[in-house]
Amino acid sequence: MGYHLNFALIWRHFDKLWSGLILSLELAVVSIGIGCVIGLALAVAYVSGNRLVRGLIAAYVEVIRNVPLLLLVYLVFYGLPTVVDIAYSNTTSFVVTLSAYAGAYLVEVFRSGLDAVPRGLIDAGRSIGLTPGQRLLYVRLPTMLRIALPALSNTFVSLFKDTSVASVIAVPELTYGAQWINFNTFRIMEVYLVVTGLYLVTGYAILIGLRLLERRYAIGR
Amino acid sequence: MLGQIAYAFPFLLPGLWTTLEVSAITVAISTIVGALLGVGLVYGPAPLRWVVRAFSDIVRGIPILVLLFFVYYGLPITGLNLQPFAAAVLGLIVFKVAQVIENVRGAIGSIPRGQTDAAKAIGLPFPERLAYVIAPQALRRFLPPWLNGVTDAVKGSALISLLGVGDLMFGIQKVVGRTYEPLALYGFGAFLYFVINYALSLASRALERRFSYIRE
Repeated sequence: MGYHLNFALIWRHFDKLWSGLILSLELAVVSIGIGCVIGLALAVAYVSGNRLVRGLIAAYVEVIRNVPLLLLVYLVFYGLPTVVDIAYSNTTSFVVTLSAYAGAYLVEVFRSGLDAVPRGLIDAGRSIGLTPGQRLLYVRLPTMLRIALPALSNTFVSLFKDTSVASVIAVPELTYGAQWINFNTFRIMEVYLVVTGLYLVTGYAILIGLRLLERRYAIGR
Repeated sequence: MLGQIAYAFPFLLPGLWTTLEVSAITVAISTIVGALLGVGLVYGPAPLRWVVRAFSDIVRGIPILVLLFFVYYGLPITGLNLQPFAAAVLGLIVFKVAQVIENVRGAIGSIPRGQTDAAKAIGLPFPERLAYVIAPQALRRFLPPWLNGVTDAVKGSALISLLGVGDLMFGIQKVVGRTYEPLALYGFGAFLYFVINYALSLASRALERRFSYIRE
């Protein structure tokens, strides 16, 4: 093998990777935040709604979960502007897509968490005179969050990895930075080794952080 | 809009076929390799366990897109010159093997310890213990998540269009480039992927129900 690893060019352009990693994290945090709001709202609507509401939410979840993220990204970035008269940047477009995508996965996590809240707890809430709204706010949601925590951590890390797809619409996140260096320096092996390392370290740092939270708060089903 | 779709559909068929072909090859090979490595992870000697664990954790820790670029752009440097199709399939297989390993580990782990003890007590050696006691029970726990994971292979395969493989996604891109009807075509593409994956999800759920009588 006549290829010699040379990381000098990677370090020279490391700012591209670093700013890319920061943007990847920002995309993930914002989309997960919005996705959690969507997910929580729809999960509560699902467990307390009628058949029509349930059907609509199930349709949203199934459609998003069964279509490749890449296709959704193209659909929102290239497809939507042809019918909706709003101009948005590629970054905004990706955040919209990933939020909707995250929402669909998080509805499922929150919904199965709500299902797993023991019946006895809710009955206990009723017996001390809590209204249905108070039971939801003080009994079901806090318990659900603690039950859903392990599944939440996995979904969050998976969504962080999904930010790599933003590179296809030229959002300058980590994978885009990797490709830029790949095409401009041809230090291919080196750049993908470094980027793989960055994804691994960041992903596992997030996971370990969340696992520590779980150890403190998570309760078994 | 319907006219656009009717016009585009014949152009999408070869890509649709490629998507199905790539997914099928990926799933077939990764199931065999993943099952072997998964059994190695549970029963193998310590060094093998460490290697499989490291492999699985690393692969599951990086985005599929990065994995595909790594294989596609990186491998030629090592002297292994793969066609886009082969590189794409190899990348997807690596991703999927890690998933199957975890499916197998989970399935075997869910079989109560007493089953192994009972098999030992009646004098079954390891291969027979695995073949007649553990595997038949673990298979029922393995199949539903495995089948559900096939949708990940189909969805992940959309990314290989970025390596220039003529799959369904690539076909859609080509027609969009010609007709400039992005909404109709991406919508129709989403529908095609949905039909494939939803069928798989439904089958997975049916299997799960079918096997749900098994309790510990």
